[in-house]
Amino acid sequence: MSIRHGLLALLTENPKYGYQLRAEFEERTGGTWPLNVGQVYTTLARLERDGLVLPKETDAEGRHRYALTDEGSAEVTTWFAIPVPRDSAPRDELAIKLALALATPDVDVSALVQTQRVETMRTLQNYTRLKAHANDAEVAWLLALDALLFQIEAELRWLDHCETTLLRQPDHPAAPVGHTNTGTHDVVELPIGSTGVSR
Amino acid sequence: MSTLVMTDVVRVHGEGETAVHALRGISLTVAPGELVAVMGPSGSGKSTLLHLAGGLDSPTSGSVVVDGVDLAGLNKKALAAVRRRHVGYVFQDFNLIPALTAVENVSLPLELDGMSVRRAKAAALACLESVAVADIATRFPDDMSGGQQQRVAIARSLVGERRLILADEPTGALDSGTGEQVMALLRERVDAGASAVIVTHEARHAAWADAVVFIRDGVLVDQAGPATTPAVLLGRLA
Repeated sequence: MSIRHGLLALLTENPKYGYQLRAEFEERTGGTWPLNVGQVYTTLARLERDGLVLPKETDAEGRHRYALTDEGSAEVTTWFAIPVPRDSAPRDELAIKLALALATPDVDVSALVQTQRVETMRTLQNYTRLKAHANDAEVAWLLALDALLFQIEAELRWLDHCETTLLRQPDHPAAPVGHTNTGTHDVVELPIGSTGVSR
Repeated sequence: MSTLVMTDVVRVHGEGETAVHALRGISLTVAPGELVAVMGPSGSGKSTLLHLAGGLDSPTSGSVVVDGVDLAGLNKKALAAVRRRHVGYVFQDFNLIPALTAVENVSLPLELDGMSVRRAKAAALACLESVAVADIATRFPDDMSGGQQQRVAIARSLVGERRLILADEPTGALDSGTGEQVMALLRERVDAGASAVIVTHEARHAAWADAVVFIRDGVLVDQAGPATTPAVLLGRLA
Protein backbone atom coordinates (compact mmCIF):
# COMPACT_ATOMS: atom_id res chain seq x y z
CA MET A 1 0.00 0.00 0.00
CA SER A 2 1.06 3.54 -0.56
CA ILE A 3 0.24 6.66 1.39
CA ARG A 4 -1.14 7.88 -1.90
CA HIS A 5 -3.95 5.35 -1.95
CA GLY A 6 -4.63 5.87 1.70
CA LEU A 7 -5.16 9.59 1.24
CA LEU A 8 -7.32 9.10 -1.84
CA ALA A 9 -9.51 6.65 0.11
CA LEU A 10 -9.98 9.16 2.93
CA LEU A 11 -11.02 11.85 0.42
CA THR A 12 -13.84 9.65 -0.90
CA GLU A 13 -16.03 10.70 2.01
CA ASN A 14 -15.60 14.47 1.55
CA PRO A 15 -12.90 17.09 0.79
CA LYS A 16 -10.35 17.48 3.57
CA TYR A 17 -7.36 19.59 4.66
CA GLY A 18 -3.90 18.04 4.80
CA TYR A 19 -3.67 18.13 8.59
CA GLN A 20 -7.09 16.47 8.76
CA LEU A 21 -5.90 13.72 6.44
CA ARG A 22 -2.87 13.06 8.57
CA ALA A 23 -4.91 12.77 11.77
CA GLU A 24 -7.55 10.56 10.16
CA PHE A 25 -4.98 8.32 8.51
CA GLU A 26 -3.34 7.62 11.85
CA GLU A 27 -6.60 7.19 13.66
CA ARG A 28 -8.08 4.77 11.16
CA THR A 29 -4.96 2.62 11.03
CA GLY A 30 -4.71 2.54 14.79
CA GLY A 31 -1.44 4.46 14.89
CA THR A 32 0.39 1.57 13.26
CA TRP A 33 1.61 3.80 10.48
CA PRO A 34 2.56 7.28 11.69
CA LEU A 35 2.83 9.98 9.01
CA ASN A 36 4.40 13.38 9.24
CA VAL A 37 2.55 16.31 7.80
CA GLY A 38 5.33 16.91 5.25
CA GLN A 39 4.72 13.46 3.73
CA VAL A 40 1.04 14.30 3.46
CA TYR A 41 1.59 17.60 1.62
CA THR A 42 4.23 16.12 -0.71
CA THR A 43 1.84 13.31 -1.57
CA LEU A 44 -1.05 15.73 -2.13
CA ALA A 45 1.14 17.81 -4.48
CA ARG A 46 1.89 14.69 -6.53
CA LEU A 47 -1.74 13.65 -6.58
CA GLU A 48 -2.66 17.13 -7.83
CA ARG A 49 0.04 16.92 -10.52
CA ASP A 50 -1.37 13.56 -11.65
CA GLY A 51 -4.89 14.97 -11.83
CA LEU A 52 -6.29 12.79 -9.04
CA VAL A 53 -7.14 15.59 -6.57
CA LEU A 54 -8.01 19.28 -6.85
CA PRO A 55 -7.42 22.05 -4.31
CA LYS A 56 -10.75 23.63 -3.28
CA GLU A 57 -11.49 26.51 -0.97
CA THR A 58 -8.77 27.96 1.26
CA ASP A 59 -8.98 28.62 4.99
CA ALA A 60 -7.77 31.75 6.84
CA GLU A 61 -4.22 30.40 7.02
CA GLY A 62 -4.10 29.78 3.28
CA ARG A 63 -4.45 26.01 3.49
CA HIS A 64 -6.38 24.16 0.81
CA ARG A 65 -9.08 21.65 1.22
CA TYR A 66 -8.56 18.85 -1.31
CA ALA A 67 -11.23 16.98 -3.25
CA LEU A 68 -11.11 13.89 -5.48
CA THR A 69 -11.37 14.29 -9.24
CA ASP A 70 -13.23 11.67 -11.30
CA GLU A 71 -9.88 10.07 -12.09
CA GLY A 72 -9.12 10.05 -8.37
CA SER A 73 -12.40 8.26 -7.62
CA ALA A 74 -11.65 5.67 -10.28
CA GLU A 75 -8.20 5.11 -8.77
CA VAL A 76 -9.70 4.41 -5.35
CA THR A 77 -12.26 1.99 -6.82
CA THR A 78 -9.50 0.11 -8.64
CA TRP A 79 -7.33 0.01 -5.54
CA PHE A 80 -10.05 -1.61 -3.46
CA ALA A 81 -10.91 -4.02 -6.27
CA ILE A 82 -7.47 -5.49 -6.88
CA PRO A 83 -5.53 -7.63 -4.41
CA VAL A 84 -2.28 -6.47 -2.85
CA PRO A 85 0.49 -7.99 -4.98
CA ARG A 86 2.51 -10.68 -3.26
CA ASP A 87 4.92 -11.42 -6.09
CA SER A 88 7.72 -9.09 -5.10
CA ALA A 89 9.84 -11.06 -2.67
CA PRO A 90 10.07 -9.19 0.61
CA ARG A 91 13.53 -8.70 1.98
CA ASP A 92 13.24 -10.67 5.15
CA GLU A 93 16.33 -9.97 7.20
CA LEU A 94 15.74 -12.92 9.48
CA ALA A 95 15.45 -15.46 6.65
CA ILE A 96 18.58 -14.06 5.04
CA LYS A 97 20.43 -14.08 8.35
CA LEU A 98 19.54 -17.72 8.95
CA ALA A 99 20.58 -18.76 5.44
CA LEU A 100 23.91 -17.01 5.88
CA ALA A 101 24.37 -18.45 9.35
CA LEU A 102 24.02 -21.96 7.91
CA ALA A 103 26.67 -21.14 5.33
CA THR A 104 29.08 -19.60 7.82
CA PRO A 105 31.34 -21.85 9.88
CA ASP A 106 31.21 -21.59 13.66
CA VAL A 107 27.81 -19.96 13.89
CA ASP A 108 25.53 -21.58 16.45
CA VAL A 109 22.33 -21.65 14.44
CA SER A 110 20.27 -23.21 17.24
CA ALA A 111 21.29 -20.36 19.51
CA LEU A 112 20.41 -17.88 16.79
CA VAL A 113 16.95 -19.41 16.43
CA GLN A 114 16.37 -19.39 20.18
CA THR A 115 17.61 -15.81 20.63
CA GLN A 116 15.25 -14.71 17.91
CA ARG A 117 12.41 -16.71 19.45
CA VAL A 118 12.76 -14.83 22.71
CA GLU A 119 12.77 -11.48 20.94
CA THR A 120 9.80 -12.37 18.75
CA MET A 121 7.87 -13.70 21.74
CA ARG A 122 8.49 -10.42 23.56
CA THR A 123 6.99 -8.55 20.68
CA LEU A 124 4.01 -10.90 20.69
CA GLN A 125 3.58 -10.29 24.44
CA ASN A 126 3.59 -6.54 23.87
CA TYR A 127 0.99 -6.56 21.15
CA THR A 128 -1.13 -8.98 23.18
CA ARG A 129 -0.98 -6.53 26.07
CA LEU A 130 -2.13 -3.75 23.76
CA LYS A 131 -4.95 -5.92 22.50
CA ALA A 132 -6.02 -6.74 26.05
CA HIS A 133 -6.31 -3.01 26.74
CA ALA A 134 -8.08 -2.19 23.50
CA ASN A 135 -11.65 -1.05 23.38
CA ASP A 136 -13.94 -3.55 21.59
CA ALA A 137 -15.49 -0.69 19.63
CA GLU A 138 -12.18 0.22 18.00
CA VAL A 139 -12.57 -2.32 15.26
CA ALA A 140 -9.97 -0.88 12.86
CA TRP A 141 -7.36 -0.71 15.61
CA LEU A 142 -8.13 -4.26 16.77
CA LEU A 143 -7.82 -5.61 13.25
CA ALA A 144 -4.58 -3.72 12.68
CA LEU A 145 -3.24 -5.28 15.89
CA ASP A 146 -4.44 -8.71 14.79
CA ALA A 147 -2.52 -8.30 11.54
CA LEU A 148 0.65 -7.72 13.55
CA LEU A 149 -0.14 -10.60 15.91
CA PHE A 150 -0.68 -13.03 13.04
CA GLN A 151 2.58 -11.97 11.39
CA ILE A 152 4.56 -12.39 14.58
CA GLU A 153 2.91 -15.72 15.30
CA ALA A 154 3.84 -16.89 11.80
CA GLU A 155 7.45 -15.97 12.47
CA LEU A 156 7.43 -18.03 15.67
CA ARG A 157 6.01 -21.01 13.80
CA TRP A 158 8.66 -20.62 11.17
CA LEU A 159 11.34 -20.55 13.89
CA ASP A 160 9.93 -23.80 15.34
CA HIS A 161 9.97 -25.24 11.85
CA CYS A 162 13.61 -24.19 11.35
CA GLU A 163 14.55 -25.85 14.60
CA THR A 164 12.87 -29.17 13.84
CA THR A 165 14.28 -29.18 10.31
CA LEU A 166 17.79 -28.58 11.62
CA LEU A 167 17.33 -31.32 14.19
CA ARG A 168 16.66 -33.80 11.41
CA GLN A 169 20.10 -33.14 9.95
CA PRO A 170 22.39 -35.08 12.27
CA ASP A 171 25.56 -34.14 10.41
CA HIS A 172 24.95 -30.48 10.55
CA PRO A 173 27.06 -28.55 13.03
CA ALA A 174 23.89 -26.81 14.16
CA ALA A 175 22.34 -30.13 14.99
CA PRO A 176 21.20 -30.60 18.44
CA VAL A 177 21.35 -30.45 21.34
CA GLY A 178 20.10 -32.97 23.70
CA HIS A 179 17.68 -34.72 21.40
CA THR A 180 18.41 -38.41 21.56
CA ASN A 181 15.76 -40.86 20.68
CA THR A 182 17.61 -43.89 21.99
CA GLY A 183 16.52 -43.42 25.56
CA THR A 184 20.06 -44.06 26.76
CA HIS A 185 21.36 -40.55 26.81
CA ASP A 186 23.55 -39.16 29.48
CA VAL A 187 23.93 -35.54 30.30
CA VAL A 188 23.87 -33.72 27.01
CA GLU A 189 25.67 -30.51 26.28
CA LEU A 190 23.33 -27.59 25.99
CA PRO A 191 23.94 -25.16 23.21
CA ILE A 192 22.71 -22.06 24.84
CA GLY A 193 22.23 -20.54 28.19
CA SER A 194 23.26 -22.26 31.34
CA THR A 195 21.45 -24.79 33.43
CA GLY A 196 18.25 -23.25 34.51
CA VAL A 197 17.17 -19.68 34.55
CA SER A 198 16.43 -18.25 37.96
CA ARG A 199 13.71 -15.74 38.06
CA MET B 1 5.73 -14.31 49.46
CA SER B 2 6.08 -16.17 46.20
CA THR B 3 3.30 -18.62 45.49
CA LEU B 4 5.59 -21.16 43.87
CA VAL B 5 9.34 -21.58 44.27
CA MET B 6 11.05 -24.43 42.46
CA THR B 7 14.78 -24.73 43.08
CA ASP B 8 17.18 -26.93 41.12
CA VAL B 9 14.47 -29.45 40.49
CA VAL B 10 15.64 -32.72 38.94
CA ARG B 11 13.34 -35.56 37.98
CA VAL B 12 14.78 -38.84 36.73
CA HIS B 13 12.51 -41.72 35.75
CA GLY B 14 14.10 -45.14 36.14
CA GLU B 15 17.78 -45.68 36.83
CA GLY B 16 21.06 -46.82 35.32
CA GLU B 17 21.32 -47.12 31.56
CA THR B 18 17.64 -46.65 30.94
CA ALA B 19 17.20 -43.60 33.19
CA VAL B 20 15.30 -40.77 31.57
CA HIS B 21 16.14 -37.30 32.76
CA ALA B 22 12.79 -35.54 32.49
CA LEU B 23 14.00 -32.41 34.30
CA ARG B 24 17.66 -31.54 34.74
CA GLY B 25 17.78 -28.79 37.32
CA ILE B 26 15.01 -26.28 36.87
CA SER B 27 14.47 -23.19 38.98
CA LEU B 28 11.32 -21.16 38.67
CA THR B 29 9.59 -18.62 40.90
CA VAL B 30 6.04 -17.38 40.47
CA ALA B 31 4.78 -14.43 42.50
CA PRO B 32 1.18 -13.39 43.16
CA GLY B 33 -0.13 -11.49 40.17
CA GLU B 34 2.20 -13.34 37.85
CA LEU B 35 1.31 -15.50 34.88
CA VAL B 36 4.08 -17.71 33.55
CA ALA B 37 3.81 -19.66 30.31
CA VAL B 38 5.94 -22.71 29.64
CA MET B 39 6.68 -23.61 26.04
CA GLY B 40 8.68 -26.42 24.54
CA PRO B 41 8.47 -29.38 22.17
CA SER B 42 6.75 -32.59 23.25
CA GLY B 43 8.88 -34.59 25.61
CA SER B 44 10.77 -31.52 26.81
CA GLY B 45 9.51 -31.88 30.36
CA LYS B 46 6.67 -29.32 30.44
CA SER B 47 4.07 -31.61 31.95
CA THR B 48 6.54 -33.07 34.44
CA LEU B 49 7.24 -29.51 35.56
CA LEU B 50 3.54 -28.91 36.14
CA HIS B 51 3.05 -32.20 37.99
CA LEU B 52 5.94 -31.40 40.32
CA ALA B 53 4.67 -27.88 40.94
CA GLY B 54 1.32 -29.27 42.04
CA GLY B 55 2.68 -32.08 44.19
CA LEU B 56 1.33 -34.80 41.88
CA ASP B 57 4.88 -36.10 41.51
CA SER B 58 8.02 -35.68 43.63
CA PRO B 59 11.41 -34.46 42.44
CA THR B 60 14.46 -36.75 42.48
CA SER B 61 16.31 -33.78 43.95
CA GLY B 62 15.69 -30.09 44.47
CA SER B 63 12.78 -28.45 46.24
CA VAL B 64 9.24 -27.33 45.48
CA VAL B 65 7.68 -24.77 47.82
CA VAL B 66 4.00 -23.83 47.47
CA ASP B 67 2.70 -20.89 49.53
CA GLY B 68 5.70 -21.23 51.83
CA VAL B 69 5.25 -24.97 52.38
CA ASP B 70 8.06 -27.28 51.24
CA LEU B 71 6.29 -30.23 49.66
CA ALA B 72 9.22 -32.57 50.35
CA GLY B 73 8.56 -32.53 54.09
CA LEU B 74 4.93 -33.61 53.81
CA ASN B 75 3.34 -36.99 54.30
CA LYS B 76 0.64 -38.17 51.90
CA LYS B 77 -2.22 -36.69 53.86
CA ALA B 78 -0.60 -33.28 54.29
CA LEU B 79 0.34 -33.22 50.61
CA ALA B 80 -3.24 -33.97 49.63
CA ALA B 81 -4.36 -31.08 51.83
CA VAL B 82 -1.94 -28.66 50.12
CA ARG B 83 -3.20 -29.82 46.75
CA ARG B 84 -6.82 -29.25 47.82
CA ARG B 85 -6.31 -25.90 49.51
CA HIS B 86 -3.54 -24.16 47.59
CA VAL B 87 -3.40 -25.53 44.06
CA GLY B 88 -6.00 -25.61 41.31
CA TYR B 89 -5.69 -27.54 38.08
CA VAL B 90 -7.08 -26.65 34.69
CA PHE B 91 -6.93 -29.27 31.95
CA GLN B 92 -7.30 -29.29 28.20
CA ASP B 93 -10.43 -31.46 28.44
CA PHE B 94 -11.91 -29.47 31.38
CA ASN B 95 -12.34 -32.60 33.59
CA LEU B 96 -15.68 -31.54 35.04
CA ILE B 97 -17.77 -34.28 36.60
CA PRO B 98 -20.63 -34.91 34.13
CA ALA B 99 -23.19 -35.88 36.79
CA LEU B 100 -22.75 -32.60 38.70
CA THR B 101 -23.97 -29.11 37.82
CA ALA B 102 -21.55 -26.21 37.37
CA VAL B 103 -22.02 -24.99 40.93
CA GLU B 104 -21.70 -28.54 42.34
CA ASN B 105 -18.48 -29.09 40.40
CA VAL B 106 -17.02 -25.92 41.87
CA SER B 107 -18.22 -26.51 45.42
CA LEU B 108 -17.05 -30.13 45.53
CA PRO B 109 -13.42 -29.44 46.58
CA LEU B 110 -14.69 -27.27 49.45
CA GLU B 111 -17.16 -29.90 50.60
CA LEU B 112 -14.45 -32.57 50.44
CA ASP B 113 -12.43 -30.29 52.66
CA GLY B 114 -15.20 -30.31 55.28
CA MET B 115 -17.04 -27.09 54.53
CA SER B 116 -20.83 -27.15 54.99
CA VAL B 117 -22.77 -27.65 51.77
CA ARG B 118 -24.51 -24.29 52.14
CA ARG B 119 -21.29 -22.31 52.60
CA ALA B 120 -19.53 -24.26 49.87
CA LYS B 121 -22.38 -23.53 47.43
CA ALA B 122 -22.28 -19.83 48.28
CA ALA B 123 -18.52 -19.68 47.73
CA ALA B 124 -18.88 -21.63 44.48
CA LEU B 125 -21.55 -19.24 43.20
CA ALA B 126 -19.40 -16.22 43.99
CA CYS B 127 -16.56 -17.87 42.12
CA LEU B 128 -18.74 -18.61 39.08
CA GLU B 129 -19.80 -14.98 39.20
CA SER B 130 -16.15 -13.87 39.08
CA VAL B 131 -15.63 -15.80 35.84
CA ALA B 132 -18.92 -14.52 34.38
CA VAL B 133 -20.85 -17.82 34.23
CA ALA B 134 -23.14 -17.49 37.25
CA ASP B 135 -26.08 -17.74 34.84
CA ILE B 136 -25.29 -21.37 34.03
CA ALA B 137 -24.71 -22.47 37.63
CA THR B 138 -27.39 -25.17 37.49
CA ARG B 139 -26.40 -26.58 34.11
CA PHE B 140 -24.62 -29.87 33.59
CA PRO B 141 -21.31 -29.98 31.65
CA ASP B 142 -22.99 -31.66 28.65
CA ASP B 143 -25.23 -28.63 28.25
CA MET B 144 -22.36 -26.14 28.21
CA SER B 145 -20.07 -24.98 25.40
CA GLY B 146 -16.37 -25.75 25.65
CA GLY B 147 -15.63 -22.17 26.62
CA GLN B 148 -18.24 -22.27 29.40
CA GLN B 149 -16.86 -25.58 30.70
CA GLN B 150 -13.37 -24.13 30.84
CA ARG B 151 -14.66 -21.08 32.73
CA VAL B 152 -16.30 -23.38 35.26
CA ALA B 153 -13.05 -25.35 35.50
CA ILE B 154 -11.15 -22.12 36.19
CA ALA B 155 -13.69 -21.23 38.88
CA ARG B 156 -13.13 -24.68 40.40
CA SER B 157 -9.36 -24.15 40.32
CA LEU B 158 -9.71 -20.90 42.27
CA VAL B 159 -12.47 -21.64 44.76
CA GLY B 160 -11.55 -21.33 48.41
CA GLU B 161 -8.24 -19.76 49.28
CA ARG B 162 -6.38 -21.24 46.34
CA ARG B 163 -4.02 -18.90 44.56
CA LEU B 164 -1.95 -21.14 42.30
CA ILE B 165 -3.47 -22.24 39.01
CA LEU B 166 -1.61 -24.91 37.06
CA ALA B 167 -3.01 -25.22 33.58
CA ASP B 168 -2.04 -27.86 31.04
CA GLU B 169 -2.97 -26.70 27.52
CA PRO B 170 -6.08 -24.91 28.84
CA THR B 171 -7.02 -23.69 25.36
CA GLY B 172 -6.14 -26.90 23.53
CA ALA B 173 -9.73 -28.01 22.95
CA LEU B 174 -11.14 -24.58 22.16
CA ASP B 175 -11.45 -22.61 18.94
CA SER B 176 -9.12 -19.65 18.71
CA GLY B 177 -11.65 -17.00 19.70
CA THR B 178 -12.84 -18.92 22.77
CA GLY B 179 -9.23 -19.76 23.60
CA GLU B 180 -8.42 -16.04 23.64
CA GLN B 181 -11.33 -15.39 26.01
CA VAL B 182 -10.10 -18.10 28.35
CA MET B 183 -6.62 -16.55 28.33
CA ALA B 184 -8.13 -13.12 28.98
CA LEU B 185 -9.99 -14.61 31.94
CA LEU B 186 -6.86 -16.28 33.36
CA ARG B 187 -5.04 -12.97 32.93
CA GLU B 188 -7.83 -11.19 34.80
CA ARG B 189 -7.81 -13.66 37.70
CA VAL B 190 -4.03 -13.38 37.92
CA ASP B 191 -4.23 -9.58 37.87
CA ALA B 192 -6.67 -9.95 40.77
CA GLY B 193 -3.94 -11.68 42.82
CA ALA B 194 -3.70 -15.32 41.75
CA SER B 195 -0.58 -16.96 40.28
CA ALA B 196 -0.61 -19.20 37.26
CA VAL B 197 1.68 -21.49 35.33
CA ILE B 198 0.33 -22.56 31.98
CA VAL B 199 1.78 -25.05 29.57
CA THR B 200 0.89 -24.28 25.99
CA HIS B 201 2.19 -24.76 22.49
CA GLU B 202 0.21 -21.78 21.18
CA ALA B 203 2.49 -18.76 21.00
CA ARG B 204 -0.45 -16.40 20.81
CA HIS B 205 -1.80 -17.73 24.09
CA ALA B 206 1.60 -17.83 25.79
CA ALA B 207 1.88 -14.15 24.89
CA TRP B 208 -0.68 -13.30 27.59
CA ALA B 209 1.93 -14.24 30.20
CA ASP B 210 4.28 -11.95 32.10
CA ALA B 211 7.10 -14.35 31.41
CA VAL B 212 7.42 -17.08 28.82
CA VAL B 213 9.96 -19.77 29.66
CA PHE B 214 11.30 -22.11 27.03
CA ILE B 215 12.14 -25.61 28.05
CA ARG B 216 14.28 -28.03 26.07
CA ASP B 217 15.25 -31.49 27.23
CA GLY B 218 14.41 -30.75 30.80
CA VAL B 219 16.27 -27.45 31.05
CA LEU B 220 14.99 -23.89 30.93
CA VAL B 221 16.92 -22.39 28.06
CA ASP B 222 15.54 -18.91 27.97
CA GLN B 223 12.77 -16.66 28.96
CA ALA B 224 11.00 -13.71 27.46
CA GLY B 225 9.51 -10.93 29.51
CA PRO B 226 7.82 -7.84 28.22
CA ALA B 227 10.16 -5.61 26.23
CA THR B 228 9.87 -1.92 25.69
CA THR B 229 6.68 -1.07 23.93
CA PRO B 230 7.34 0.51 20.54
CA ALA B 231 7.21 4.28 20.98
CA VAL B 232 4.49 4.72 18.39
CA LEU B 233 2.13 2.52 20.40
CA LEU B 234 2.90 3.92 23.83
CA GLY B 235 -0.02 6.31 23.78
CA ARG B 236 -2.29 3.33 23.44
CA LEU B 237 -1.41 1.90 26.84
CA ALA B 238 -3.36 3.83 29.39
